[in-house]
Amino acid sequence: MKVTIDPQRCQGHGRCYDLAPELFGEDDEGYGRVLGDGLVPPDGERAARVAAANCPEKAVVLTEEA
Amino acid sequence: MTVDDRFTRDLRQDPPTGTRNEVVVGPVSDWATDFSHVEPEWAADPYPILDDLRDRCPIAHTGRFGGGWLPTRYEDVAAIAYDTERFSSRSIIMSNYRPPLEIAPVGGVPPISSDPPFHHDARKLLLPAFTKKAVATREAATRAFCHSLIDSFEGAEVVDAARDYAQHIPMRVIADMLGFPPEDGPRFREFVESALEGVNLPPEERMAGMDELFDYLYTQIRDHVATPRDDLTTYLIEAELYGRKLEPAHVAGTIALLLIAGIDTTWSAIGASLWHLAKTPADRERLVAEPGLLPTAMEEFLRAYAPVTMARLVKEDMHWRGVDMKADDWILLSFPSANRDPAQFDRPEEVIIDREINRHAAFGLGIHRCVGSHLARMELRVALEVWLERVPVFGLDDPSAVTWAPGQVRGPRTLPIRIG
Repeated sequence: MKVTIDPQRCQGHGRCYDLAPELFGEDDEGYGRVLGDGLVPPDGERAARVAAANCPEKAVVLTEEA
Repeated sequence: MTVDDRFTRDLRQDPPTGTRNEVVVGPVSDWATDFSHVEPEWAADPYPILDDLRDRCPIAHTGRFGGGWLPTRYEDVAAIAYDTERFSSRSIIMSNYRPPLEIAPVGGVPPISSDPPFHHDARKLLLPAFTKKAVATREAATRAFCHSLIDSFEGAEVVDAARDYAQHIPMRVIADMLGFPPEDGPRFREFVESALEGVNLPPEERMAGMDELFDYLYTQIRDHVATPRDDLTTYLIEAELYGRKLEPAHVAGTIALLLIAGIDTTWSAIGASLWHLAKTPADRERLVAEPGLLPTAMEEFLRAYAPVTMARLVKEDMHWRGVDMKADDWILLSFPSANRDPAQFDRPEEVIIDREINRHAAFGLGIHRCVGSHLARMELRVALEVWLERVPVFGLDDPSAVTWAPGQVRGPRTLPIRIG
């Protein structure tokens, strides 16, 4: 699984970095950013799904690897 | 170095142009055609009204306030929040006065009153001071202040959790951030009441209250020009946009926004959360036993008791999702109603403190997302943590004595809680 943030949608609510701080951080203006390459370790998949499901702007995108 | 003389003139504005309409007060005949968010029935409990409208007339209308609409479905609230082309933020408080078109795209209290593209640039100035990381530096002082408020309960059996606890926390935090005297708190309360609760007063009376607020702000600004310090007021005085310092009205308007929006919103969220816990022993006991659940529970309190409703003005006559909107009609943008839409949330009428999926809109949606949301969440979490640690057993002393603020920011204003 890979996570990305759609910068056109992100408004800096910060739910992703509240709920999954090992996957997301904030930039200097509070917008969310993906830490590292965005590849989610198996034990982080649940947190990634929770972060995506709680983003008010639906800016967190999950891609399931084939 | 040139002297900064931007704030030395008499900055009181001439009586503003714009449109005033007849003030209508009194009981609502039908909420679908005559709604009013300032009547006592709404203040006491707006949720049954909103639920009923969502079923039978999802975009309600009123002739009050010169005409306006109340969308109650999540999808309509979201669509309007995202559509800054057709809905302007030129005024975000629904009252009996519409400011003149010329004040767009800046508005009186930028950036909340601003439209694109100016909005983005004015907002960008504020964002670094309100990141999660920036507000975390205030947590220890906020926690110590909450403890000092609880210390003052010593010996009392009943306290007013709204007046003696909730209201003081955001007042102290924002006074510190702006560099205003902390003892001016009672004046801040007057400013909040005149800006947000006096919306159905005759416009001239309401403007007199706003003049008092701005007189106070300009006094503070001049003091900061004379003696700069490390706070938001000095930051805004020094800030530049498009290669020049800000207009004096921009500086004062933004400070007015931070002061007003920083106080009663968080005061309301803390109060509503304590009200819920005071009347729901099972939730209170669970949070005392499982403090780690608080961040999740807090989001549910924000969803179910979202304090803030915004407003927009329709830009042009148009047919929109089945209704005929006219230019300058108000939109009462009810995030509380969106947050209770069954199309968006399972069992929306229930407060479920471990609700894991909670895509609520308490801090708005789109470009106007509350700039202080990280600060508000920090204050709300610390206020509840300290209260639950120090006062784990409490209940409503007299449910009928609880009063709620009317208007667009709703929260308890009287909240007698038995702690002894």
